[in-house]
Amino acid sequence: MELVTPTIGLVFWTAVAFVCLLILLKKFAWKPILAAIHEREQSIDEALNKAELAKHEMARLTAQNEELMKEARAERDHILKEAKALKDSIVHEAKTQAHNEGAKLIEKAKIEIENQKKAALAELKSQVSTLSLEIAERVLRSQLEDKAKQQDLVANLLKDVELN
Amino acid sequence: MDCSHVFEFKVKRLIVVFALFLAFLSVSSGVFAQADTAVVSADTAVTAAHVEGAHGAGHGEKKFEPTKVIMEHIADSHMWHLWGHLSVPLPVILYTPAGVEFFSSGNFHHGEHDYTGSKNTYRLVEDKIKIVGADGQVDEAASSKILDFSITKNVAAMFVAIAVILIIFISVAGAYKKRVGKAPKGLQSFVEPIIIFVRDDIAKPNIGHKHAKFMPYLLTVFFFIWINNVLGLIPIFPGGANVTGNISLTFVLSLFTMIIVNINGNKYYWKHIFLPNVPFWLWPLMVVVEVVGVISKPFALMVRLFANITAGHIIVLSLISLIFIFKTLAIAPVSVAFVLFMDVLELLVAFLQAFIFTLLTALFIGMAVEEHH
Repeated sequence: MELVTPTIGLVFWTAVAFVCLLILLKKFAWKPILAAIHEREQSIDEALNKAELAKHEMARLTAQNEELMKEARAERDHILKEAKALKDSIVHEAKTQAHNEGAKLIEKAKIEIENQKKAALAELKSQVSTLSLEIAERVLRSQLEDKAKQQDLVANLLKDVELN
Repeated sequence: MDCSHVFEFKVKRLIVVFALFLAFLSVSSGVFAQADTAVVSADTAVTAAHVEGAHGAGHGEKKFEPTKVIMEHIADSHMWHLWGHLSVPLPVILYTPAGVEFFSSGNFHHGEHDYTGSKNTYRLVEDKIKIVGADGQVDEAASSKILDFSITKNVAAMFVAIAVILIIFISVAGAYKKRVGKAPKGLQSFVEPIIIFVRDDIAKPNIGHKHAKFMPYLLTVFFFIWINNVLGLIPIFPGGANVTGNISLTFVLSLFTMIIVNINGNKYYWKHIFLPNVPFWLWPLMVVVEVVGVISKPFALMVRLFANITAGHIIVLSLISLIFIFKTLAIAPVSVAFVLFMDVLELLVAFLQAFIFTLLTALFIGMAVEEHH
């Protein structure tokens, strides 16, 4: 029974000592320790939040870069395509034009040739007629140097001409 | 009693620990009860024998009495026994109707001599200070009037523990001031997880957002009990006292818990006690039950801590006593192996009891300050 009976001395000293301990620890230990732990936890939390934000920002930037790259690539492809189309159209146009031009030139040349040919032919004709006239003149002159021959000729001509 | 809060307990692992603790309590209290009955029955015989041959028998070859040895250790003492016949005398402070007496317990010479102080003559009987009358006999009527405020072994051991606690935590607090915002180091990193454990696993889940106000008390109780428990396990001088296994100390601690719980009890707490939510004809019964609950909760705290620590000390001492009972060294290895096992277990119990006391204190505070919306 003695074991389970509180004694006044120990009760008194425990109460005094415990209250002193509580006050001393509260003032000199728990307050600074808990405050420091709380502060550190907050700073860690803050740092983690910031890191998370930075991560998101990073992801956002990466996504943005990706988007930009994609856009740039699309732009490039578009430009290339346009350039190619333009080139094709230019080449085509040039070809067509050249073709047309050539055709026109050929046409012109043909006309020219035709003209030249006509002129040449005309000239040839006139020269041929002149020449033949001259030849005829000369032949006639040589033929008709004497009267006898002229007579002959007239006679032959007259022979040919049959009076029908 | 409102048990719903206990069952609605949020943290599962605490339930596991709690269950383990209850299991352990039943085991250890069973052991304690057995030991106690044995002790009590043997004690009466021993006391009789002791009283018969107390004076004049001297220091002969005495029969070994394990019960006496164990009970001497478990109980408080006016000297701190070191080894052999060597003990540290402790100051005796008596409040007598005639005035305050202050002298050293060394004057009793281990209870063999009477000491005549300025007011009375005192004799140490069974480690209790009694007044000796003019006829040379103990004057029981006068003895019952003196109040013994001596610095006994338990008080001294408690002061040692308090010194240890103050040194540890004030130096740790210094480290926090010196290393602001840095990672903990050394003793700091040993203590910090425990402080955070008390805050996050004991205070927060049970008390909620109002926990900050009660943190100093919870932390102080936790470390006070724990350090005292651990120091009690050390067999040599500054430790070894059965401080937390003394009902006076556990009485004071649970009294503080009761005061704190009831001072901070809000209107819901008091309504729950005096106007419980039951049909009106049950009120007389329920009010009595609730009022008993107010007292029985800290009472359970008191007995639990006392019984667990005392039981541990009794078991360890009993195992050591086996060597002397059998009077052979052959039993020593067995004893030492068992004591080693028990010591390791007691190391766990030392922590567990500090934890349970703090946890239940937090739980009771939480029930008292809980807001019902």
